[in-house]
Amino acid sequence: MSAQATDHAAHADHAHDEHHHELGWWRKYVFSTDHKVIGVQYGITGLLFLFFGLLLMLVMRWSIAHGEQPLPGFIGWITHMFFGNGVITWTDYTFPSGPRMGEVLSGWSLTKEGYNVFGAMHGTIMVFFGIVPAAFAGFANFVMPLQIGAPDMTFPRINMASYWSLFISCVILLLSFVVPGGAAKSGWTSYPPLAGFADAGFWHVLNGQTLWILAMVFNITASLLGSLNFIATMVQLRAPGLTWMRLPFFCWAIFITAYLLLLAFPVLEAAAVMQLMDRVFGTSFFMPTGLIVNGQPAAFAGGGSPLLWQHLFWFLAHPEVYVLILPAIGIVTEIIANNTRKPIWGYKMMVGAIFTLAFLSFIVWAHHMYMTGMGAKVSAFFQTTTIIISVPSVILLTALLLSLWGGSIRFTTPMLFATAFLPMFGIGGLTGIPLAFNAVDLYLHDTYYIIAHFHYIVAPGTIFAIFAGVYYWFPKATGRMMNEFLGKLHFWGSLIFINGVFGPMFLQGMTGMHRRWYDGGEVFKQTVGEVLYWNWWISLSAWLLGLAQLPFIINFVYSIFAGKRVTSDNPWDATTLEWETPSPPGHGNFIKPIHVYRGPYEYSVPGADKDYSPQAEPPPGSPDLAATPHLTPAAAH
Amino acid sequence: MEIPYTVTARPDTGLANPKLGIWLFLASEVMLFGGLFSCYIFQRIGAEPGYWPHGLLNVPIGFANTLILIASSVTVILAWASLKMRKFNQYMWFMLATIACGLIFLGVKLTFEWPPKLGHFGAILKKEALVKYEGFLGNEHLAERKLEPRVEISGHLLPPESYAHDAVKKELHGRALIEAVVHDPNVHEFKVVVDPENANPKDKANERPHFIPRDRPGDDVEKKLKAEGKSEEEIEKDLEHRNMLAVIHKEDVQWASSFEPKHNNYFATYFMITGLHGAHVLAGVIVFVYFFFTGRALYRRNPEQLANRVEVSGLFWHFVDLIWIFVFPLFYLL
Amino acid sequence: MSESHPPATQDPHAPAASDAHADEHHDFWAHCRLYLWIGGILFVFTVITVWLSYWDFGTPKANMLIALAVATFKVSLVGAVFMHLKGEVKTVWRPIWFTLFFVSGLFLLSVFAYYDPIFSSLHAHH
Repeated sequence: MSAQATDHAAHADHAHDEHHHELGWWRKYVFSTDHKVIGVQYGITGLLFLFFGLLLMLVMRWSIAHGEQPLPGFIGWITHMFFGNGVITWTDYTFPSGPRMGEVLSGWSLTKEGYNVFGAMHGTIMVFFGIVPAAFAGFANFVMPLQIGAPDMTFPRINMASYWSLFISCVILLLSFVVPGGAAKSGWTSYPPLAGFADAGFWHVLNGQTLWILAMVFNITASLLGSLNFIATMVQLRAPGLTWMRLPFFCWAIFITAYLLLLAFPVLEAAAVMQLMDRVFGTSFFMPTGLIVNGQPAAFAGGGSPLLWQHLFWFLAHPEVYVLILPAIGIVTEIIANNTRKPIWGYKMMVGAIFTLAFLSFIVWAHHMYMTGMGAKVSAFFQTTTIIISVPSVILLTALLLSLWGGSIRFTTPMLFATAFLPMFGIGGLTGIPLAFNAVDLYLHDTYYIIAHFHYIVAPGTIFAIFAGVYYWFPKATGRMMNEFLGKLHFWGSLIFINGVFGPMFLQGMTGMHRRWYDGGEVFKQTVGEVLYWNWWISLSAWLLGLAQLPFIINFVYSIFAGKRVTSDNPWDATTLEWETPSPPGHGNFIKPIHVYRGPYEYSVPGADKDYSPQAEPPPGSPDLAATPHLTPAAAH
Repeated sequence: MEIPYTVTARPDTGLANPKLGIWLFLASEVMLFGGLFSCYIFQRIGAEPGYWPHGLLNVPIGFANTLILIASSVTVILAWASLKMRKFNQYMWFMLATIACGLIFLGVKLTFEWPPKLGHFGAILKKEALVKYEGFLGNEHLAERKLEPRVEISGHLLPPESYAHDAVKKELHGRALIEAVVHDPNVHEFKVVVDPENANPKDKANERPHFIPRDRPGDDVEKKLKAEGKSEEEIEKDLEHRNMLAVIHKEDVQWASSFEPKHNNYFATYFMITGLHGAHVLAGVIVFVYFFFTGRALYRRNPEQLANRVEVSGLFWHFVDLIWIFVFPLFYLL
Repeated sequence: MSESHPPATQDPHAPAASDAHADEHHDFWAHCRLYLWIGGILFVFTVITVWLSYWDFGTPKANMLIALAVATFKVSLVGAVFMHLKGEVKTVWRPIWFTLFFVSGLFLLSVFAYYDPIFSSLHAHH
């Protein structure tokens, strides 16, 4: 564009733009390259899968509390309708002509295999199809370009491709539930040797375990394409004046998370290809020599290493857990700054902490493998790095806690969730510290203590942050507010019942109650008997937690169509750049060029005329630098 | 709405968007191939002595393919330089050369390297049976020379006619024959026209890979049979006399198949890495073909953007070449 | 967006647009001679790689290290010259350094774990 065109870019009127043309409905709302549409697509997909994952767990909780009794009433009917009516044929597992395992349901009862299917899929869905699309891709796509003053992402078409790759992976994953044999049942970690031949007796490629791998390949591709887009956008498209240290912390969180995904996910993709070859071509990447399956030698050459899978899997999966929490910390930071009307305490320290965290997260993975026979030296290495990594995590949490001090707190619904996040994440994170030591992990590995530890981080942690983000940015995306009463109802119900679910699990784990027992440990009554009766109370809390989500769903859907309209583009009186756009923003986002004059959290600045100083507002008496042509982004080409 | 810095560089970072994008993508590719190579490392250090084979890949073909890929790296950067200097026709020639090199690389792999392996038989013997086949393995000699033992007899199966009782269908050959013979419960032994390492196990020349590959006699046994009109018994006697026919009993065999991914971890890793690498070569070729045919239109509109696109895909192509530079010695030579 | 002559770029090989046509041919090869030289060196070192494989340097580890050293040298030529890494901005170098560090971590730590088992017979083969 020549110099004259910059004046055109400064016009709000897009009619002069020779590239502007009306897109059809499909190109505008479905196959769109606009980051906001893609962000909403990711967000809705993620929320739907989070709910689906919750439903799987609610059925599992019945099995834990009541063993193989038939599922009651309507739930049983629904589960039966979707998952079929198989008869257990558990005993006639034959090989190599193929095993015939029980279907998911027997009558209306969840079978043992069904429990394993639901368990594996609950984990996979929540991590890869729920939280990453919702907390990371959804919010990053929608909010980040707005927060940096960009018109869109650097590669809009790759952005669209990344969503549709995720969509394909979702279709494959859902398909895996209805093929013979049911969906993957070897845990969300898909450990070989089991994952190398599970479902081998069913259709050759179209069996649940293989489809899991294929879905993961598409999911990983989507994440990789998205991550490189986020990084490139933040490096290249920051508005003039927006230096790195003036970025909202949410953007830093997205930047670092994108790097974690970019560098760690491909290793799992490599491992997934190997496991796929083991299953489809009969290779022995992970199949050890001398494997006997149901009394017969397995049809593999052998010589492989199940440990190799664990190394490659956890090389991703440890940075993955930071992928699950960092966007949440970013969201919470934005909301806390806004609702305390004061800057975040220790912004620079938080940035330093997040870098350290990311760096260390690549060299701690084997703390998930303490039970695999690692010697003292290598264990000591991983214990050391794991303990060190707790320091930046605590720094982040402490900075947020200190940010509350002296604030003028508005307990809006987003703030309720964001404030609750802090102690919940605190519990989750601090209960992880003992696990860093292999002597402690020896006892607690694969018990309910671990379940409680990580669920406290992701469930009342990240998911609360997702809710907070939805309530906070809903007005920006739709131009309407969500209902506060329903929001508070959702909050209190979720907070109380989620603690009812996961709190007792710490103690259950400490008595030795194991993970993945379909009957909740009935078989091991002698050892864990004294805590078994808590299963019923935990399951009840879980079902009430599910009910507590209904106000949210009703609120969300209702408010899209009939929520109270916002009276200004900046209903929360926030400082960051996304609030400079219309609500909802149009194509190209910003009506006038943006220049940034200050940091992201300039609230309650002494001497200012209002209690917030937006980033893009020139200081009183200073010229508006955005009006000067040579500094606007459009002039660059 | 224009996205800034799609063609020209942003002043403070010094980069245009596509270049940053491709380097980020290449970083993820380094991690992908890193995962694959870590598998190679793990499998190789975990392999018992004798169970990681050597000399099974054709070095001259691999060497030629390496040179072809290096040449294509040179041509693609010359194509980019031509565009930067606004010499469009020269760009087209260099791009065509790059595409040709890529297709030759893939063609060589898919006609001369992979298919012959599928007809090549290998039987890994059980430990307790190794002594029985010493005549084909020469392990005493290898132990004296402090080398790793041989645990496999490889070669080509005799055609179906050689199997008694009509046990194997007549028209089978190659991998189908191997699979049929391995799984047929009525066939109790493998009749293998062995490779040179097994025919002359004590020969020093058979201790390492050869640059000029030795004849694999089993390759044209079928042709010989039909040409000479000799009976099966006569051919078999002749081969036995030259220590070229091994009759291996199935109960002595731990694992037998053609040289395919499931044969052993060496082939699994080889096929996986060269397969994924080949897929990347194909992707690069497709992108170059696209630029070859659509280049003129973009050159007229915005030659710098075409130059940037060729540079960016050239970076991807150089990375693919880079991976091959590691693959060649690790699999073919070591 | 369309211009009649190329805009200024950072590439040292692009000439000023006002070169006379007769000089252009010579200029192109003058600029690109480096690429041909590097290509030639890579060819030669491929031959050297194969030639070295016929020598035995004592232990398998030594053979492996020599082969990898030659490969690393070739790869650094491709990276520095063909991929323009020599003189590239730090926005590109930073992700590369981190990537190289992490991939080395993957190799070294998993091998470290393999060679430090809890008891020596853990990796014994049947």
